[in-house]
Amino acid sequence: MASPAAPVEKPSPSATNQPSTLLNFEKVSIGFEQPVLQEVSFKLARGETKVLLGEAGTGKTLILKLALGLIKPDSGRITVLGEEITAMRERDLFSLRRQIGMVFQESALFDSLTVEENVAYRLIEETGDITDEIHQRVLEALDFVELKETYSLFPSELSGGMRRRVAIARAIITQPQVLLYDSPTGGLDPVTSNTIIELVVKQRDVYETGSLLVTHRLQDAFTMASHYFDRKLNKMAPVEPGSSRNVHTTFVILRDHKIIFEGTAPELLRSHDQYIREYLS
Amino acid sequence: MGVNASAIVSNRGEQENSHIAMAYFEDAVKERVEAVQDFSLLAGQSLSNLFSPPRYYADTLLQADLIGVGSLPIVVLIGFFTGAVLALQTSSTLQQFGSLSLTGQLVALSMVRELGPVLTGILVAGRNASGMASELGSMKVTEQIDAMRAMGVDPTKKLVTPRVIATVTMLFFLSIISDFVGLAGGWMISYLLLGLDSNQYWTTAYQALRFGDVFMGLSKPVVFGFIIASVGCYYGMSARGGTQGVGRATTQAVVSASVLIVVTDFFLTKLLMQIFHY
Repeated sequence: MASPAAPVEKPSPSATNQPSTLLNFEKVSIGFEQPVLQEVSFKLARGETKVLLGEAGTGKTLILKLALGLIKPDSGRITVLGEEITAMRERDLFSLRRQIGMVFQESALFDSLTVEENVAYRLIEETGDITDEIHQRVLEALDFVELKETYSLFPSELSGGMRRRVAIARAIITQPQVLLYDSPTGGLDPVTSNTIIELVVKQRDVYETGSLLVTHRLQDAFTMASHYFDRKLNKMAPVEPGSSRNVHTTFVILRDHKIIFEGTAPELLRSHDQYIREYLS
Repeated sequence: MGVNASAIVSNRGEQENSHIAMAYFEDAVKERVEAVQDFSLLAGQSLSNLFSPPRYYADTLLQADLIGVGSLPIVVLIGFFTGAVLALQTSSTLQQFGSLSLTGQLVALSMVRELGPVLTGILVAGRNASGMASELGSMKVTEQIDAMRAMGVDPTKKLVTPRVIATVTMLFFLSIISDFVGLAGGWMISYLLLGLDSNQYWTTAYQALRFGDVFMGLSKPVVFGFIIASVGCYYGMSARGGTQGVGRATTQAVVSASVLIVVTDFFLTKLLMQIFHY
């Protein structure tokens, strides 16, 4: 897919003043009658993408919600952008959440608002109305996901893939420092899935945003680990064999409430763990 | 020996059953206590939000239009016929004591102190508590409320507080309108069917009302409005289980709000009667 030129604004200069670790999970445990996550620890560095893999019910989406502070862990510490959110009150979390973008599994677009109002939601909260500047930024964000012409439509008038792309536009419009993708390609056809993954890769390589990506599709995970966004060609391109290009993408596999693997794609392929080999096959 | 063993087994079985029953009872109590706690927190938060920005004036006006203007026709209709039927029902009793002239007084006191606020409250509960529960419930089950929180927007400020302010304000005015059209309904029956003089009806109605009656009639809608909005929003915000869950939340919101209005009305009336020495 040939993407439109990378739009929107550059990452805010203040981003460089932020700590290099965007997210830090330290021995995080949570359960609902049954344990779901037990002593899960990992870090997300600036510009890094972590792909969370695992069977259904292993707590992948829960990790995203914990990172946003939407759910509190039973024990352990979670640090987001240098601030420990575990003991933070809900009202104090709101300002922190404005620096994080989230793409929900089912898009979670506001069905009574137009695409433009959805994408501009955060900005409207600050200004109270859609100004010319906001309208321009909405068009740029929609252009990024190639849906510029849909701004006046309602979510119900869009296809599943288009809704997912609008959700990405909504998440990136303020250029957050962290992006959380919850199965952005779930239930979509391979072509649309590839379009979405290209957008994720573009966001990773153009804006160097740190992100956590939950997916059930191994193909998407490996595409992310083996491709980069070519700014000259303005599209995703495979990393050539032997190239020293770092795509800053690592894999995390969850099983039985714990992380059983954390590493790069080559490390994953070299793993001798019986479960991982079965999972990959 | 065999008898003893079976007695022990049966005893253990009974103990297990009682443990299960106890655990079930404990869970049910905990669930209720948690629900009351969550409701109290939400209700408290909806009020404390009034004192901190951001304030959503546009959302409040929109809700006021939906609740106030939207409920007006049905409130007028019910209020008018309530007043009319009140005059009709009581006329025969009053006639027996030769006090038919007191019809205006009776309708005025009944409408202003009790029927106006309570009936309007129950009507608005049926119409708007259900609307709030279904709207917020749908947003909850489709993760729109989580999306709002994820974008740094407080759903209680954006969704609950505007509904509470709008319902309290609109129910106050709707009750006044209901009182007035109720009196008009009573007048229509008194004048057309009972042959009472218009002046006599309105004069006795007006003179019967004391400050305590008016205060009672105007304070109740404020409390009922708060109950309707907070109960509707609470059930909506705590909905789960897809469309079926939204339906359940809607039903529970209407039932709880209506019951709470009637029960609160009793205690409020008792309190105000003591304050105003009735």
